Amino acid sequence: MTTLPIDHPIDELSDDPRQRAPLVLNHDDFGSVTAEVLRCNEAKKPPMAWYVAFVISFALMSLLGILVGYLIVTGVGVWGNNNPAMWGFPIVNFVFWVGIGHAGTLISAILFLFRQKWRTSINRFAEAMTIFAVICAGLFPGIHVGRIWLAYWLFPIPNQMEMWPQFRSPLLWDVFAVGTYFTVSLLFWYVGMIPDLATMRDRATTKVKAVAYGFFSLGWRGSMRHWHRYERAYLLLAALATPLVLSVHSVVSFDFAVAQLPGWHTTIFPPYFVAGAIFSGFAMVLSLAIPARELWGLKSFITKRHIENMCKIVLLTGSMVGYAYGMEFFIAWYSGEIYESFAFINRAFGQYAWAYWIMVSCNVICPQLFWFKAIRRNVWVIFIISLFVNLGMWFERFVITVTSLANDFLPSSWGWFEPTWVDVLTFVGSFGLFMTLFLLFIRFLPILAISEIKAVMPEADPHAHHGHDGEANQ
Amino acid sequence: MNGSTPGTATQAATSPDTVMVDSHSKAEVWGLAAQFSTPAGISEAAKKVREAGYRWFDCHVPFPVHGLDKAMGVPYTVLPVIVFFGGLTGLCLAIFLQVFTNSLEVDIWAIVSVVGYQFEVSGKPLISTPAFVPVAFELTVLLAALTCVSFMLFLNKLPCLYHPVLKSPKLKRITDDRFVLVIEARDPEFARSTTEALLESLGPERIVELEP
Repeated sequence: MTTLPIDHPIDELSDDPRQRAPLVLNHDDFGSVTAEVLRCNEAKKPPMAWYVAFVISFALMSLLGILVGYLIVTGVGVWGNNNPAMWGFPIVNFVFWVGIGHAGTLISAILFLFRQKWRTSINRFAEAMTIFAVICAGLFPGIHVGRIWLAYWLFPIPNQMEMWPQFRSPLLWDVFAVGTYFTVSLLFWYVGMIPDLATMRDRATTKVKAVAYGFFSLGWRGSMRHWHRYERAYLLLAALATPLVLSVHSVVSFDFAVAQLPGWHTTIFPPYFVAGAIFSGFAMVLSLAIPARELWGLKSFITKRHIENMCKIVLLTGSMVGYAYGMEFFIAWYSGEIYESFAFINRAFGQYAWAYWIMVSCNVICPQLFWFKAIRRNVWVIFIISLFVNLGMWFERFVITVTSLANDFLPSSWGWFEPTWVDVLTFVGSFGLFMTLFLLFIRFLPILAISEIKAVMPEADPHAHHGHDGEANQ
Repeated sequence: MNGSTPGTATQAATSPDTVMVDSHSKAEVWGLAAQFSTPAGISEAAKKVREAGYRWFDCHVPFPVHGLDKAMGVPYTVLPVIVFFGGLTGLCLAIFLQVFTNSLEVDIWAIVSVVGYQFEVSGKPLISTPAFVPVAFELTVLLAALTCVSFMLFLNKLPCLYHPVLKSPKLKRITDDRFVLVIEARDPEFARSTTEALLESLGPERIVELEP
């Protein structure tokens, strides 16, 4: 890590390239950073808003549980899926949730490799978001298989039928891609958290906390000999997670692109899906970070600069998504392929045109507002835009999945997909699962990567003479 | 990559991680700890302690202090090499799994019969290399990542159930905002009075005696 000399920067929003924007505001010693990050975890009671949010989320999660139970005892007929629209809400929701996860890995792995130090304030909860989003994502294909007691057929387990999965199918690649993605994200998140769990262990006020945090911190004692291997392991995990995150949504896009349906069978899908995933994921990080920094009082760590940087990534990836939409249309026309041309005209002007235009306005037009500095610096406007982007990205998956299935080659086999109340409430319930896990996380685990934040403070540099006691500096 | 295996001298330097009650250690002292309040303080101290010939010492810090591992003479870890072989194992496993289950109709062992199956789908070749790439890639990454984390913990001898440094209530702040250098009593250079004098000369906040 190279460290440039810092001439006491003051404004975190300064655009002067000679001055580095400070990554941590209002703190010049490490102890106060620990205390402030853990203030809400260590408080006897969380803020009232936490309880309100938790009750609502828990209720929605229970609803999800009931609906999944109802589905299992009744059958997939409770959904709107039909022939030809075999993939309805479950696959739309699956792609939506997997996409959300991608921002977490981008922040934790890719920005780490690029030495983007501003990631340290947001990586921990972005990674948590990844894990919870992938849990929600994993649920949907699991219940979509219909007879879920046979879901183990997805895995290559020797069995009495001498039956194996078909490894030439993109759906099986998905099982491996999402499974690997979940495992690696979990490892990355946990390894990053070990030193902070040790901090919580050492500050624990009750026996239960000391034992619980002690158990999960594995006896970490901050030994520099350990840190040496730890840092190397973290770098290796980042290097492994980087191609992984690009591969996961590419494999998800193969579910569509390897099929021959017009509107799906295109080579632009992998990069277009990855850009869309990062786009939606950053929108979700913003939707979570903006309320969390208010509620948890983390404005010194998640500064306006961090929010602004994320807006810029949303703008970039949003423009890439917009370009992909345009290019799909262009190729549909340029290919001279009548089915492909029809598929796209049908998307924009057919029976699902309303969904298409929601998608375009939320994903292409909305993020363009981030060209304006005033908007990038108004957190509540950003919050609203981020919600619109989330909505738009859900509709993108709906448009891709449903329009191509409902109107394929032969007009005689065309159909119409309409969600049932079970479809809609299951999707709403998945937000309950996601938010319940997230709220438990911000209450009981270190929400920011404390040790990493300390390491990017100017005081952490052993060659800078910022020390207040200076006795050992000679 | 300079992941060379550490030499014998450096090997000794990595082993202070071992948690053992040393019966032949001088008196009842396990080691001496000096606490500093700045990264610069501990970096300077680590350099001097190493120059004084100590090998069984360690620094306990709340975050990785830049350059401290070099100042202490910590050898470069062999972890990347292990991870490479972990990934290679994943790749071989994935190729074997896919070729066996989808392309071969053979038994792999006799007692419990596990038989592959020749999946013939729309005239595609039995060993369809491009179709086998995604799973091969995913399993490579999966095994490399699992190897990385498990060997990082294994080489660090974690989980660790007991350690004298964690026992001392005076050193609670090593995971918060203090930087502690510990010289163990088992170091051949260790002598109660001279070691304490050396630590004293480094200007620590305080010196703590560690019990085994």
